[in-house]
Amino acid sequence: MASSSLSNFLKLHLRDYGMLLSLVAIMGFFQVLTDGTLLQPLNLTNLFLQNSYIVVMALGMLLVIVAGHIDLSVGSVCGFVGALAAVLMVEMEWPVLPTFVACLLAGAAIGALQGAFVAWLKIPSFIVTLAGMLVFKGLALALLSGQSIGPFPESFQALASGFLPELGDGEGHVTSLALGLGCVALLAVRELLVRRKATALGAAAEPIALFLLRLVAQTAALGALVWLLASYKGLPNVLLLMAVLIGVFVFVTRRTTLGRRIYALGGNERAARLSGIPTEKLTLLCFINMGVMAALAGLVFAARLNTATPKAGLGFELDVIAACFIGGASASGGVGKVTGAVIGAFVMGVMNNGMSILGIGIEWQQVIKGVVLLAAVVFDVYNRRKG
Amino acid sequence: MLAALSRKHIAITGRLGSGPALGPPSDQWTTDMRSEGNQPGALLEMRAIGKKFHGVVALRHVDLAVRQGEIHAVIGENGAGKSTLMKVLSGVYPHPDYDGEIWFDGELQRFAGIRDSEARGIVIIHQELALIPQLSIAENLFLGHEQARGGIIDWDKTHRRAVELLQQVGLDESPHTLVDDIGVGKQQLVEIAKALAKDVRLLILDEPTASLNEDDSAALLELLKKLRSRGVSCVLISHKLNEIAAVADAITVLRDGSTVADMDCRNAPPAESEIVRAMVGREMQDRYPKRQPNPGEVLFELKDWWVEHPLHVGREAVKGVNLNVRRGEIVGVAGLMGAGRTELAMSVFGRSWGRRIRGSAWMKGQQVDVSTVRRAIQSGLAYVTEDRKGLGLVLQESIARNTTLSRLEGVSRAGIIDEAGEHAVANDFRRRMATRCASVEQPVGDLSGGNQQKVVLSKWLFTDPELLILDEPTRGIDVGAKFEIYSLIAELAAQGRAILMISSELPELLGMCDRLYLMNEGEFVGEMPAAGATQETVMHALLGTH
Repeated sequence: MASSSLSNFLKLHLRDYGMLLSLVAIMGFFQVLTDGTLLQPLNLTNLFLQNSYIVVMALGMLLVIVAGHIDLSVGSVCGFVGALAAVLMVEMEWPVLPTFVACLLAGAAIGALQGAFVAWLKIPSFIVTLAGMLVFKGLALALLSGQSIGPFPESFQALASGFLPELGDGEGHVTSLALGLGCVALLAVRELLVRRKATALGAAAEPIALFLLRLVAQTAALGALVWLLASYKGLPNVLLLMAVLIGVFVFVTRRTTLGRRIYALGGNERAARLSGIPTEKLTLLCFINMGVMAALAGLVFAARLNTATPKAGLGFELDVIAACFIGGASASGGVGKVTGAVIGAFVMGVMNNGMSILGIGIEWQQVIKGVVLLAAVVFDVYNRRKG
Repeated sequence: MLAALSRKHIAITGRLGSGPALGPPSDQWTTDMRSEGNQPGALLEMRAIGKKFHGVVALRHVDLAVRQGEIHAVIGENGAGKSTLMKVLSGVYPHPDYDGEIWFDGELQRFAGIRDSEARGIVIIHQELALIPQLSIAENLFLGHEQARGGIIDWDKTHRRAVELLQQVGLDESPHTLVDDIGVGKQQLVEIAKALAKDVRLLILDEPTASLNEDDSAALLELLKKLRSRGVSCVLISHKLNEIAAVADAITVLRDGSTVADMDCRNAPPAESEIVRAMVGREMQDRYPKRQPNPGEVLFELKDWWVEHPLHVGREAVKGVNLNVRRGEIVGVAGLMGAGRTELAMSVFGRSWGRRIRGSAWMKGQQVDVSTVRRAIQSGLAYVTEDRKGLGLVLQESIARNTTLSRLEGVSRAGIIDEAGEHAVANDFRRRMATRCASVEQPVGDLSGGNQQKVVLSKWLFTDPELLILDEPTRGIDVGAKFEIYSLIAELAAQGRAILMISSELPELLGMCDRLYLMNEGEFVGEMPAAGATQETVMHALLGTH
């Protein structure tokens, strides 16, 4: 009886666990193939630094996709905002903070503009953002006059390549370690509390054994991660940025009326409208959010390269969209999880990283990534049809 | 041109087994085949047809016999099974999925799909026309049967044949005209020409004149007579008794999925009252909860409400409707399909349908703003849609999430949802409605129709409305669940809420309502207390007979 309910549950939530397991499997695969290089503290740190901007944009993209749309312009917007930051800071010598704010506002304005076309004029988002992709790629080139602009002030570079400051002598990065492990512990405690509340309501669906197994594995993995990072240079600033953003987005999608309404909008727009949900405003909001996230990613990317180049952001939209779909988002809207998109982004990131270490050419990397994307979605569709 | 025409000609005469194999085409159209010597006999015989959907009986026992070259009307109330029967006949519901036998041309048929039935010359024209607006008339005529050789379209031949076919149906338009650019009446003629292109022998028309004006309707009926004289048989599904009287040679009446009457009109046409009585039947059991109606003050009023069709400029879908509903009162809106009832309801509920909406809505003597769904909800309105899956529910979401969707602020603070509170609300409604589900976390898409409807009702009751507009509240729900829904409606009225109920099932309206408005072609054509009204009197008032 217990085992049958366990297998039933697993069958129903195959996708959720499958995602995580496949990330673990891919990591294990490359860990073995690269003779342990993948999980070396240096490489692990790089993995986060390299993928932070994809993760940041995937958060925004998930909401857009859940709302039933797509944004193809994020790569171009990313590059455009990097160029804008360079012009403001390097050529016009603005201080870092005003530049930062101005760039995020520019991202919001871009999102609002594109969102307005989608929400009120009912132009398909594919077309609006395809146009946006061309426009902002062009504007980035115009801003930079075809040149690279850099370098940036050090405090700006720290956004992407800095590490959390250490108290005391910084030996062994104790502060990072303590902070990281503290967060992991807090997360575990929170899950326990949520679980207890759900049990009290009779709404706990996950069998207790599975829950405990997952909790222990998750806590151990995250703890090991923090340990490894601390043994190199400590926790990167972008990791903190990502962690905070992921936390906020998980909260918004799971617990707020705003998040709930976005899922309803994507799940059945007409029913949502007849339930009194302002569908146009929500669509606009999703695109504004996407614009801000793309701008943030643009800043992080520019700071990481320490220069704004005309090629920045090229093709990012593909990785971002792929991350969401690998993470289980539905192309028809209404379905998708923040954690899924983040895992999807890391699946792509680990593959990029692992294949680069192995010296696989860029041509075959693309082929393999394409096949993985298709396989993930096929698995998803097959799974849903069976269920 | 002549070659193409005479080939077609051979096809027709050859099958009839009479007349010369070759002859002047023009004569053919005017010869009355029925007057020729040999007994025409039955072209089509459907014997003891039955059809179930997931255990719900749609057709019980239908017999239908259509002779060669006659116009045979099939009538019955909404839900009597007419459309299902035609889908069985045309192979939409393929062979082993129904009971009974279909004989066509003296042979037992087992249609596996619509292509099979079309190959036999059975063509169905649905109420929703199956034309592609962006293509030209000629392209539409031969869609799927292109005039082509080796996959390459012969445009000269296409054009030539299109001109012929358009002549036959009396449509004076260039074959190059886009279907989008001609009116509904002409589109209907294109559909018939399309059927002729397939060498039609039995033409099925589902409510062909529902969206046509008088002139177009008359022209269409003339065309049917012309086709009859060519030996094409016709099954006409219609609500309009005057049209049936004008053209039908025979009438079959369906009720609750069974044939209840066969009438021959050629010698002595049956009286309309006889037809109406056959349509509605007489059984009226104790299928509704007992109520003690106690109507209070007037709660909701609608004054001079006009709505224009969103696509057809200038066509008014709702014409100057006035209505009022009292507290504790259940008011019904009766009307045949296409009368404008749903359009009326949705236009009132946040302008969710139509354009150029004029008129005023009043709540407790105060004019209220119902221009958006949110404002309508705030004014105390709730609209339970007829289209549960399309407009009422987010199917992949849970019962709990659907229940609170219209009033999330009721289970949240500062925009943060209190999940425990949400669960409590959903479980409370689950108990009150006796919704059958594993838990309120179950996706609503997994529930049966009746339980889905309970979730929709829960959602709207959670907004605590004063006026509930129920649009076909029991559509697609089995009998047991129907009684539960009826009881719930009665209870809501007893609480002092006002109920406006739209239904295509007259017995339901008569059984539940205190008062009825009768709607026809966008207008309220009558109002009567439900007590003392019978299905006959309502039907007569609706159809304008007597």
